[in-house]
Amino acid sequence: MSIENLSAVEIGRQIAAGKVSSVEVVKHFLNRIETFDNSVGAYVHVDGDRAIDRATSVDRDIKAGKVRAPLAGVPVAIKDVLCTSGVPTTCGSRMLENFVPPYTATCVSKLENASLVVLGKTNMDEFAMGGSTETSCHGLTRNPWDPERTAGGSSGGAAACLAAGMAPLSIGTDTGGSVRQPAAMCGVLGLKPTYGRVSRYGLVAFASSLDQVGALGHSVEDLAAVMEILAGHDPKDTTSLKTDVPAYRGLLEQDLKGVKVGLLRDQIDHSSLDPEIAAAVDRTRQQLEALGATISEVELPYTKYAVPTYYLVAPSEASGNLSRYDGVHYGYRADTSHSSDQTAPLDAMISASRSEGFGPEVKRRIMLGTFALSSGYYDAYYKKALKVRRLIAGDYQRAFEEADVLLGPMTPSPAFRLGEKVNDPVKMYLEDAFSVGANLAGLPGLSVPAGLTESGLPIGVQLQAPVLQEQRLLNVARSLEQAEFFKPALAPKYC
Amino acid sequence: MSDPAYELIVGLEVHVQLSTQSKLFCGCSTIFGAASNTQVCPVCLGLPGALPVLNAEAVELAIRTGVALNCEMATFTKWDRKNYFYPDLPKGYQISQFDKPICGPGYLDFPDPEDSASMLRVRLTRAHLEEDAGKSMHDEAAGKADSRIDLNRTGTPLLEIVSEPDIRSAEAAKAYLTELRLLLTYLGVSDCNMQEGSLRADANVNLHIEQNGTKVATPIVEVKNLNSFRAVERALKYEAKRQYEHWQKTGQTIDDAAKQTRGWNDAAGVSTVQREKEESSDYRYFPDPDLVPLVIDEARLEAARAGLGELPGASRQRLRTEHGLKPYDADVVTSQGRAMVEYFDQLVSAGATAKRASSWVQQDVMRTLKEQEWEVEQFPITAPRLAELLAAIEAGEIDNTRAKEVFQLLLEKPELTSADAMQELGIEAVDQGEIESLCQELLDENPKVVSQVLDGNAKAVGALIGVAKKKNPNADPRQVREICLRLIEASR
Amino acid sequence: MSLTADEVAKVAKLARLTFESEELEKFAGQLGKIVDFVDQLSEVDTEGVEEMAHPLDVDSVVRPDVVTEGLSRDESLANSPSHDGEHFLVPPVMAR
Repeated sequence: MSIENLSAVEIGRQIAAGKVSSVEVVKHFLNRIETFDNSVGAYVHVDGDRAIDRATSVDRDIKAGKVRAPLAGVPVAIKDVLCTSGVPTTCGSRMLENFVPPYTATCVSKLENASLVVLGKTNMDEFAMGGSTETSCHGLTRNPWDPERTAGGSSGGAAACLAAGMAPLSIGTDTGGSVRQPAAMCGVLGLKPTYGRVSRYGLVAFASSLDQVGALGHSVEDLAAVMEILAGHDPKDTTSLKTDVPAYRGLLEQDLKGVKVGLLRDQIDHSSLDPEIAAAVDRTRQQLEALGATISEVELPYTKYAVPTYYLVAPSEASGNLSRYDGVHYGYRADTSHSSDQTAPLDAMISASRSEGFGPEVKRRIMLGTFALSSGYYDAYYKKALKVRRLIAGDYQRAFEEADVLLGPMTPSPAFRLGEKVNDPVKMYLEDAFSVGANLAGLPGLSVPAGLTESGLPIGVQLQAPVLQEQRLLNVARSLEQAEFFKPALAPKYC
Repeated sequence: MSDPAYELIVGLEVHVQLSTQSKLFCGCSTIFGAASNTQVCPVCLGLPGALPVLNAEAVELAIRTGVALNCEMATFTKWDRKNYFYPDLPKGYQISQFDKPICGPGYLDFPDPEDSASMLRVRLTRAHLEEDAGKSMHDEAAGKADSRIDLNRTGTPLLEIVSEPDIRSAEAAKAYLTELRLLLTYLGVSDCNMQEGSLRADANVNLHIEQNGTKVATPIVEVKNLNSFRAVERALKYEAKRQYEHWQKTGQTIDDAAKQTRGWNDAAGVSTVQREKEESSDYRYFPDPDLVPLVIDEARLEAARAGLGELPGASRQRLRTEHGLKPYDADVVTSQGRAMVEYFDQLVSAGATAKRASSWVQQDVMRTLKEQEWEVEQFPITAPRLAELLAAIEAGEIDNTRAKEVFQLLLEKPELTSADAMQELGIEAVDQGEIESLCQELLDENPKVVSQVLDGNAKAVGALIGVAKKKNPNADPRQVREICLRLIEASR
Repeated sequence: MSLTADEVAKVAKLARLTFESEELEKFAGQLGKIVDFVDQLSEVDTEGVEEMAHPLDVDSVVRPDVVTEGLSRDESLANSPSHDGEHFLVPPVMAR
């Protein structure tokens, strides 16, 4: 079996067993990136020499018996929203096109400390605002299953590099579905952990109370292994939780007898839901039932307001988070020295830098957030949204009194065509109907592959669990995986 | 000073830099005067992805200040972002506290500048924690060159103490600030160094004018850039006059004009209108999602109250009632800070009388501290040593003039006891009989002086004192004078 | 709710964004639609509901007051579009 078809944990085992070196694995993936990424556009920055150097030293450490980590030597792709010291971190924005951070995000440091090897930085919607990876200043990312379609977003590159076998493991971020939705559209697993489970330090903020680092992979064990590395309190992020990190891998093999699965009937009956996805949710339900789970239907009545709530909370926070891009200390600065109006040169420079440095969707969200926070509108928009957010969180709380995990669709439709929604903001926002609830309530959510459409596009279903119950999600997904409900699969063209 | 035609109404906003080692939300040093942009990190530079982490000590100092200012303390407080663009504000927002400040309403009592025996009270609206901005250096002269930005100060912890408009004169404003500074230094929460920007004041000012039996209020003006107490006093006097004249000219009242911001130019002695950003009032405050709220329990507040120690108001009171100092003297000693009050207390408990201790503290000790630029803690003569000396004066063993010589020697050789020092200077108590015979000798040698005194000019005896001192340096001038006069009287 | 070009211009000014007049109208139209969309929250009864600014109930996380190493001046200025080796440089606030 070729390396790209192995799970990350399996690659780690083979490296540990001396069957293959980290350098060989890294070179293998670098070659595949070289061969395939022109047609996918998953990566925005690959530094092969750096990766090989790193793999060389990991190999040395393994040989010397200094390292015993399960994923030691395994390559990993990092979304370009996570800061990497000395390596460009652009967030897909012209604003940060030349930005090289002097520090590394905690999650990336943790991966490096666990001896994983960073292959490169993956493409995304500008500042993680979008669901199609079409708004990056580096160009769009294509879905390896169908190049005319989106890979999803905002972590489109993170999902596409897995589907095309250009990385065995990938780190993304999820503010409103940005890990789970592209995972669903590219046929891989995508986990958004509980808010605060993984440090946000070094994650370039979009909406701070919603952002969370997540992982994408081909196997449940891969996610469990990487979560053991990523999770845990970081003194640099006061919103990161101090709760102990479970040994996720050890908790995978539990059968589903007595596990209560709550079926999200409202979402399955949602008018926008593609019937093929509804059918996939039903197949998942049947499989879980067959595995011994008990199924009941639960309601989340306020989640029909999740999208408008999200599109007030997230842009409001974003409007503040993105104020730092003013052309002063870093980032793009417009040259206004020859502009005709020189009455207020500083203001002119700041406004021009922001207007030229940000793309249309980012500007839209900054405008929306600024509006929602401005005097006269604050109560009706921002404050109102925070109250509805509380109601949505309450929905989940009640649902989890009846169910251990919730099952529903991940996306309204499979991967849509590039260009189809990018110019219609509201249409694009509705793509997030099933994903943003978990972010608003701070819960973990997992996108699990659930077969293909007739036309051969991947479908994902979503499992959600109470705060800090990632292991339940992984446990249920592992049962489905063992029942061969889904199998790790690259897109056919890249097998 | 007061023009009977109007009443000055002033509220002060004071920004105090808290004495922490590191910044409010990151581990960068707060030391003043470092080379530009060397005390910065990803957090205070506002780099993408960096996150703030709250400094525990800043909270502690804010709590201590709040309880000392009699504030209603929050048990739940949180952080908000104040959004505005400025190059010395790298995140594009300042982390501050909007609707739930750590310190709620309180008050500060301070001596009335017109009568040190009575007190004035200013009510406080609130006090909240916030991070400082950096420093912009503009090319003032030509206005052509780029502005230079130094972010060393960015993120330094500030406590903004907001008063109610309870201040009625420029002198009272100064007295309030003086007391506030004294209190803050007593508490050790700030060094209050105005040259280094550790204490900065803005004033909200208007006038209440009696007109035909009704009261009209002039538009409120916020005066900024008040970098010294003298500047506060001058700016308020200027502003009162300016507003009154403006009102006489235009008749504008508080209902006719929005709040204006003016900058005080201390060199020119004038204030000028600052550029108004039309949207400046819309700071779009919202809870900072990067920081979790802060819960402060009653036990912690109790502990802070218990640990305050004696505050200036209580010190003054005690010096007056327990030690019988005059209000003025009690105020001078108290104003030197907690360490001086302790030094004074030690003098008294080591046997000095309060009156003499107060006098020596105010004159010799304070003068030496000033000359040497010492803090009380650095003063070499320990309180017990100085108390020995003061006791010797009290006992008549040494006169004031010679005692000052001993004081000087003790400054140089603080290891000596007062007795050793007196001995080294050859000072010894002189026998009464010895002085009597010395005086008689002098009178015999100076019949002219004797006859002058007998003619009613008692001052003439002064000519003998210098001679007596020469013959015996330990002769107490007062004693010489008394004995000479007595002997002359007896000879009449 | 439709947003007038004036209202949008005011928000743009707060956000330090500038738009050409054509772009501004397009933006006003799009923003109006988005605002219409989020307006559906007004139908939710939120009487007595506490705002939820943080997803989790965590409070009082602090660090000790200890100085830690930051960045060197070269590192802090490295990404600056304009500097003099000591300071960040920006155009003057007022007219040249």
